Amino acid sequence: MDLAYTPRQKAFREEVRAWLAANLPRESLASYDTREGFEQHREWERKLFDARLSMVIWPEALGGRGCDLIEWLIFEEEYYGAGAPMRVNQNGQLLLGPTLIEFGTEAQKARFLPRMASSEDMWAQGWSEPNAGSDMAAITSKAILSADGSHYVVNGQKTWSTRASFADWLFGLFRSDPGSSRHHGLSYLAVPLDAPGVTIRPIQALNGKQAFAEIFFDDVKVPVENRIGDEGQGWHVAMATAGFERGLLLRSPARFQYTARKLVELYKAHREVADRDPSIRDAVIEAWTGTEAYALSAYHTVGRLAKGARIGAEASTNKIYWSELDLKMHETAMRILGPFAELTGDAPEAVEAARWLDGFLFAQAGPIYAGTNEIQRNIIAERMLGLPK
Amino acid sequence: MDFTFTDDQLAFREAVSRFLMTEAAPEMLREIWDTDIGRSPELRKSLAEQGLTALSVPENCCGLGMDDVAWALMTQELGYYAIPDSLADVAYVAAGLITALPAGTAEREAWLVRIAEGSIRIAVGHPVNPLVADANPADLLLLAHGDEVHAVPRAQVEIEANASIDLSRRLARVRWTPATASLIADGEAGRALWAQTLNRGALSTAGQLLGLAQRMLDLSVDYVAQRKQFGKPIGSFQAVKHHLADVATKIEFAKPVLYRAAYALAHGEAGADARVSHAKLACGEAAWLAARHGIQVHGAMGYTWEVDLQMFMKRAWALDASWGDRGFHKSRVADAILVEGAALGPGHTFEE
Ligand SMILES: Cc1cc2nc3c(=O)[nH]c(=O)nc-3n(C[C@H](O)[C@H](O)[C@H](O)COP(=O)(O)OP(=O)(O)OC[C@H]3O[C@@H](n4cnc5c(N)ncnc54)[C@H](O)[C@@H]3O)c2cc1C
Repeated sequence: MDLAYTPRQKAFREEVRAWLAANLPRESLASYDTREGFEQHREWERKLFDARLSMVIWPEALGGRGCDLIEWLIFEEEYYGAGAPMRVNQNGQLLLGPTLIEFGTEAQKARFLPRMASSEDMWAQGWSEPNAGSDMAAITSKAILSADGSHYVVNGQKTWSTRASFADWLFGLFRSDPGSSRHHGLSYLAVPLDAPGVTIRPIQALNGKQAFAEIFFDDVKVPVENRIGDEGQGWHVAMATAGFERGLLLRSPARFQYTARKLVELYKAHREVADRDPSIRDAVIEAWTGTEAYALSAYHTVGRLAKGARIGAEASTNKIYWSELDLKMHETAMRILGPFAELTGDAPEAVEAARWLDGFLFAQAGPIYAGTNEIQRNIIAERMLGLPK
Repeated sequence: MDFTFTDDQLAFREAVSRFLMTEAAPEMLREIWDTDIGRSPELRKSLAEQGLTALSVPENCCGLGMDDVAWALMTQELGYYAIPDSLADVAYVAAGLITALPAGTAEREAWLVRIAEGSIRIAVGHPVNPLVADANPADLLLLAHGDEVHAVPRAQVEIEANASIDLSRRLARVRWTPATASLIADGEAGRALWAQTLNRGALSTAGQLLGLAQRMLDLSVDYVAQRKQFGKPIGSFQAVKHHLADVATKIEFAKPVLYRAAYALAHGEAGADARVSHAKLACGEAAWLAARHGIQVHGAMGYTWEVDLQMFMKRAWALDASWGDRGFHKSRVADAILVEGAALGPGHTFEE
């Protein structure tokens, strides 16, 4: 155990910090759940990419910088610590990206990853269907291989696909063996969202914005080279993506540590009122202890990974942990803000409050997306603790 | 930056675990509970033979000179087996205090050698603990009088025993008269010693609480896998699964907090107080949840003297408030984070 950063790690932190200080957008970007905001975020992503700070852990040849995981954590600390914009292409960069690195062919990596790193291609994730939510193996959307084996013909419907209204591509699971059931006979495909036969219907989320969408496929032709992994092996590949989602990559600790810091500031600014309810102070302290524990756990895991360990079902503890922590912190902020918490308008008190409210609304979804927390608890009990099905 | 243990450290933990598995099995715990002093000379002897009493004694006093980080692993094992012995208090907490005395302090080296060889029991009466654990069987007591540290032979104190719900924890009110002969530190030095001792005591209990939590989880997992109702193992019911998944999650996120605190202590970091308090809180909460959910999934069986779970629950309830209760540790954390200019948020987990 040696908890001092190496000179190389320190230099990297300095570099990221200096770059952010010089390049952070002066005005905060519009919400990426609007067309305008989405494009502003794309521009910002391009800027990050040009500085080779978009995907720091990817190899340089794929548009990354070849950093190790500790350096990635450092990057995230500087990034979120500076209050930089949320990453708009998370589905692609954090979920499909590592999946491609593990399962993609060389041609697929070269074709998709650099454009993903620069956000020239923005990606949406297509798992859920109206009747396949928690029970993802109930997928019915079909992808049938053409007689000459050159392409799949896709029919069916996906739903809850984050930012699909604006994205360029979708990755998802489709039933490629029509006689199959459950986890068998599924294939993992990359589908261009501008292909003929694709219809996208935005769904308004709690915040009134187009946070996700339904997607309908009507005889959509998808070239066979867009299949990631082997025919019929989609479930296996998708589980790897889901592992990234629940594990470290999607939600680095820095994002929550930043929220905790903001919460402490909010509490201090409203302390006189907040202290009328003693449980608020408690919750503020827990914001620090909770996010700090999450950060420590991330460093511990990264260290173990570097020594060759693999994370298994314990990734599910991460998912529960960060989603509940985030929710609790935002609930606390709402309680501190009291009667101002509901404000969304232009009143002077509303500016800060509205940011917390946005976060509060989004935190509601944390225990639902990326596999609900109930499902994660089942996974922990069955695969980590070995309890019977 | 490497926040993991070396293979040697992990192998050491494994060896300690194997040793305690046989030497401190639950049947033996029950036997010792029934004895008068609540301590077994045989167990102490075999702990010493394994070298466990010598762990943090400096090498020039016949010890192994291991630091707080190694103890973070060790105390988890002591908790896991709920060992009925004050090994951690003597070989870690008291040894730490004595080691920190200036070289040349009368008897410093002699005490350390005796700790290493396992021939002395020392009880530590820190002001944060109203009663002194293991005062009765101790040969020597380290006691506080204001900032002063006194080393008082057992014969010179009067002891009023107090039973604990955990029958292998023997607490006592100690009456004694401070005298120059027993004074080993005072003033600034004394204050520093008590402060460091508090952190060691709290870290030691935190590690034990985490080990206890893991043990209670393991016992519960075993139980629910074999107990059947409605024709199936109760472990297949979701409500039962979710109770235990929550315990596993609590444990998972308490572990690295303990390790970080141990490192902060070992390296004398300025923020060590808050780190140690964080560890004590996180591990205490994990242990209490493991106890609550543990007894729940055991059903009425969990409410009996018969099942082993009770021994670990009782130790957890007791240790949670020793070396500082939750309120104490929460205020130390608050003192660190609610002040102006506190180093909070991303990038401050390892650098102050
Ligand atoms: C903000 C947001 C973004 C999303 N983005 C995407 C995306 O980009 N792509 C995508 O494919 N999907 C996405 N989703 C969908 C998400 O993955 C699903 O909502 C989730 O898997 C749950 O499915 P469901 O909504 O159908 O709920 P249901 O499966 O109907 O579950 C409803 C409730 O029942 C519980 N439940 C169900 N089965 C069990 C069980 N076996 N044991 C215990 N409890 C159970 C659930 O835990 C939940 O509490 C997103 C969702 C949200 C909220």
